Order: sequence, then C-alpha cells, then structure tokens
Amino acid sequence: MTMSLGRRAVGVPPARPITAGREAGEMVAEGVCAWFGKRLVLEDVTLTMARNEVTALIGPSGCGKSTFLRILNRMHETIDGAQLAGTVSLNGTDIYGLEQRAVEVRRHIGMVFQRPNPFPAMTIAQNVLSGLRFNRLRVANPDEVVEEALVKAGLWNEVRNRLKALGGDLSGGQQQRLCIARALALRPSVLLMDEPCSALDPTSTRRIEQTIGDISHEVTVVIVTHNMQQAQRVSDRCAFFLAGEDEPGRVVEEGPTEQMFGNPDDPRTRDYVNGQFG
Amino acid sequence: MERAGSVAYGTITSEIRPGDGTPLEPRLVVTRRTRSDLWFRGTAYSAGTVVLLVLGLIGLFLALQSWPALHYMGLRFLTTPAWVPQSQHGHPASFGIGVAGIGTVIVAVIALVVAVPFSFGAALFISEYAPRTLLGVLPFKSALTSVVDLMAAVPSIIYGLWGLLVLEPHMIGLSRWMSDHLGFIPILKVPRGDSIYTGSFFIGGVLVGIMLLPIVTSLSREIFSLTPVAEREAALSLGASRARVIRDVVLPFGKGGLVGAVMLGLGRALGEAIAVATVISLSFVHNWHIVSPGANSIPALIADLFGSGGKLGREGMLAAGLVLFVFTLVVNTLASVVVGRTRARTR
Ligand SMILES: Nc1ncnc2c1ncn2[C@@H]1O[C@H](COP(=O)(O)OP(=O)(O)OP(=O)(O)O)[C@@H](O)[C@H]1O
Ligand SMILES: [Mg+2]
Repeated sequence: MTMSLGRRAVGVPPARPITAGREAGEMVAEGVCAWFGKRLVLEDVTLTMARNEVTALIGPSGCGKSTFLRILNRMHETIDGAQLAGTVSLNGTDIYGLEQRAVEVRRHIGMVFQRPNPFPAMTIAQNVLSGLRFNRLRVANPDEVVEEALVKAGLWNEVRNRLKALGGDLSGGQQQRLCIARALALRPSVLLMDEPCSALDPTSTRRIEQTIGDISHEVTVVIVTHNMQQAQRVSDRCAFFLAGEDEPGRVVEEGPTEQMFGNPDDPRTRDYVNGQFG
Repeated sequence: MERAGSVAYGTITSEIRPGDGTPLEPRLVVTRRTRSDLWFRGTAYSAGTVVLLVLGLIGLFLALQSWPALHYMGLRFLTTPAWVPQSQHGHPASFGIGVAGIGTVIVAVIALVVAVPFSFGAALFISEYAPRTLLGVLPFKSALTSVVDLMAAVPSIIYGLWGLLVLEPHMIGLSRWMSDHLGFIPILKVPRGDSIYTGSFFIGGVLVGIMLLPIVTSLSREIFSLTPVAEREAALSLGASRARVIRDVVLPFGKGGLVGAVMLGLGRALGEAIAVATVISLSFVHNWHIVSPGANSIPALIADLFGSGGKLGREGMLAAGLVLFVFTLVVNTLASVVVGRTRARTR
C-alpha cells in the first residue's frame, strides 16, 4: 500500500510517497523546534525512532514531550498559534512536505492520548472501525478487523460478547485499550502514546505494557511516560527531555534504555532516572 | 459484600456487619447546610418560584379577561376566519383565529426553513473554520461572534421597516421566479395571475427567518464549541478531515442542543408581531398560496387590531393571546422533552 499524494505545490518535485502497511516505519526528527505563539517551548530536537523499536520519552513536566509527540503526527498544527521548525520524516519522506496532507500523515502515524477518549456514542465495534470510516477505507471483513485489533490491544476477551455496547460504558483501562485498538485498526506504521497508563490501575497498566511488547514487531512505538520502571520495562531506547527555567525543552541525552538507566553520560539524566530531580 | 437495596439521595447505607443479625437498613444521614448555603438556596428557590408564579398569573389573567369572548364564541373561536367583534348590518359579531392561528404556524415554518440551514452553517463556520485572527492581529472569530450577537439586539420594528422598504422589493423577483418555475407545487402557485407578490406569508416568513438567524446561530455556535477537545483530537488523529470531524463528532454531540436551539427559534417565530405586522397585508381568508398577497398571524393580528372593536373586540384579542400563550408553552415543553431524550440517548 502506498500513500497517495495530496495537493501538489507548483514547482515542487513529487516527493517519494510514504510507504506504509504491515511494516513498521522509521521516524527521524531533525532540528525540531516548537512555538506556542511567540514562546519557544522546544529547541533543536534531533532523534531517530528506529523501526520495530520502542522509544520512551522521559523528562519532567512541561519540558515539551507531548509537544514533540504531537509534532510527529502533525497534531501540533491543529492548535491555534502553534508553529514549528525542522523536519520530521517517516521512512525517508518529510511528513511536512508541501505535497503531504496532514490527514493522510495521521492515518499512518497513530496516536493514543493520555486520557482515554473513545467516541462515547459509538459502539465498541464502531469505535474500532472509526478510523477506517473517517478515511473512507472499505474492508471486506469488518468483523475480522475488529477482532484482530481488539486481540492486539488485549481487549478481545473482555468485550467479545458485547461489541455493541457503547465505548463510553467501558472502564478507564478498557477504554484506553479500545483507543489502542482503534489506532491499530488503521495499521499505522508508527504508534505514538502519550502517557497511556497515567489514568490506569496497575493491572490495566501491565496489560497495556504487554500490548506494547506484542505489537512492537509490526509498529514502531514512541511512548511518553513519567514512570521510570515503565520506561525500563517497555522501551529499547530512551530520550531524556529537560527544560530550564524560562528556557525551551531540549533533549539532554538519548540512547539505549539500559545505558540511560545504568550508566548515563549526563549527571542530570542520572539524577532524573534515579528520582532525585525536581 | 451485598449492599442493601438502592441508596436514596442524601443517605448513605450504614456499614453492614455480616452475621450480627441486624436487618440491613440504610442509615439516615443528614446533611447540615451552612448558613450561606441556606441563604443561597432560599434565594434561588424563591426566584424560581416567582418565575413560575408570574407565568401562572399571566395565564390566569389572560383566561379571566378573555372569558366573555371565549364564552360568546365557544369552540368556533378556533375556526372562525373573520374578525368582526361588533354586530354589523344586522349580522351578529363573529370572530376567531381560524386564519390567524394557521397563519402563525405558516410564518414560523417558513422562518425556520430559512433560518436553520443558514444558522447552522454560520455557526459551524465560526466554531470550526474561522481562524482566530486575521493576519495575526485582527480578532476574527470573536468579532464574528459579537456581530452575530449584536444582530440579535436589533429591535423588531427596525427589522419590520427594513423588511418593508428593503427586503420586500427584493423578494418580489424571487417570489415571481418561484411561482413561475416551481408553480407545480400547489402552495407556490399564484391564483388568477395575481402578480403583486407583496405582503405574503413568504415575505413575512423570510423576514422572521432573518430575525431568527442571530439567535439560532449564537446558540448553535455555543453548542458546537462545547464539543470535547478530546473527541475532536481523537478523530483528527485517526485521519479525519474537518468535515468528518463535524459530521461524526461535532454534530452527534450537539444533536440535543441543536433541537433546543431550533425550538427556541420556533418559540420566537411564533410570537413575532411587529415585524410581521409591518410587512404582511392582513387577510381573513385562508390563503395557501404563500407567495401571493394576504397573510395573517395571531401576534400580527393583535398588533394591528388591538383596541378596535369595543369591549368584545378587546376580549377577543386577549383570547387570541391566550391561545398563542398555550401554544408556545406546549412547543417549549415538547422541546425540553425532545432535548432530554436526545441527550439521554447519546450518553
Ligand atoms: N496549547 C498550548 N498553548 C500554549 N502553550 C502550551 C500549549 N501546550 C503546551 N504548552 C506549553 O508548552 C510547554 C511544553 O508542554 P508539553 O505539554 O509538551 O509538556 P510535557 O513535557 O508533555 O509535560 P507533561 O509531562 O506535564 O505532560 C509547556 O511549557 C506548556 O506550558
Ligand atoms: Mg504531556
């Protein structure tokens, strides 16, 4: 499956279409900066999120992790006055290229939010299929899509007998897994997760961490988390974000999770991962 | 652990110690209100009661004052088209709202047909598409919002004069076009080559529709803007276009509220007097041809003829007012039932 090109600006050579499908994608951010209005909140972030790896973004509150994540699937631009600089590419194609359409980029780069946000008036099955519907993608076997996505998200056994129940009637942890299933049903090549477990109990958290492990062979996962144990449990690589007082957030250090937690280069990273920080 | 029955509001079940043989009974819990709370409650309660009381008194006043006329005409009051409250040339007085009552509904329906699509469109534009600022400085969105709200503050008589002097001349062409090209629809046909096209239900209805635009727009914009950001973002992150977000998130969320906005508009349309009275040519014959001259509505009738026709005429006017009062109450009650239902269903 290839991504069709959107409106093409005059004089701009056609870019390579984003290739997506069953395969995980590689995301590269280079020199990414972000502003809200005139305020610079993120400066010069360069980070590679490798194919089939789970990358964890850690750092204190307000340092720009969510902002960075939302830049990766073009959600940042939906906020009034939000601006950015730098490039973000998926499998070598600039997702901010003039010929790319945000809606198509987002289809390939799924997102799970901090608070579960299923569509409350849609049934569980409709929730899972909503992404396909939004993109007018028709599938021959919607029931199988629903089952597959719910199985991957680890929710199938709990809801298999009540797929017609409303999405809003599930528990918080179930809702969050429904949101993961909904994102996975579109077969994204990257899945962005912004503190997906922060509103959940330990059991649901475990369940979701397990889900992340299960899906990471087919989708590249980028996860923001405040929980150091979680970062250690689920991620292959880690990036530590930090913002000084009245300064924009920057990546202080990034590397393999083991090294980041065992033997970090930067003392600030050591303090943070050991819980001795702000 | 099994809890005893259902828990009544304001009580909490006592802790149940299993095995000690005491029957499971909810324990009475009294919430003591603080003084400021009591004071506030009292004020709110009395304000609410006063509103209901005033409403009831208005109904009572209308009923009492109009009784002689209602007694005189009986149920024929609802069907009699003419308005002759004094005996003339040996004919006894006879009056009713046979034409005006139906006319009120016709004007309101035309008004809603005009107002609702434009209002929803404008509201969607303001809440979903309009940029917050133009060129980074001019506050576009809030300016649009205030202009709409300002339009709602223009007095009816101004709309009436504008309707008569500006709108009507412009509507004649449209009316003619409609009767020429859509004349196969019976209500758009014009009888006996009648080609004046002024003072019609259509013009009255369009004018009221324009008057409804600001209020329906303002209410529905408010409703659209209440759509949870989380749901919008969910849809966007799944690759939904803005139009999709509107269709699958914003509109389903706003459904109940939109019905309410329309019903509120309907309430206003039913009661609009001055503007309608200014543009229509009052007629006491049923006129189903909405683009040809001759229209009527209860409020316009009252505005035009109040004070004429002696004592019985006055009482008849109040009777017409009573019918309108009851009618709008029914519409509003239905509206709240509908709104309540739709909300319940989407939850
Ligand atoms: N919509 C917005 N408008 C203006 N400023 C914003 C907006 N969203 C975030 N910011 C600012 O951008 C900075 C980074 O915010 P961001 O949400 O990315 O932090 P974060 O690292 O995700 O924090 P947390 O861990 O608390 O979620 C903060 O200083 C915040 O105040
Ligand atoms: Mg955040």
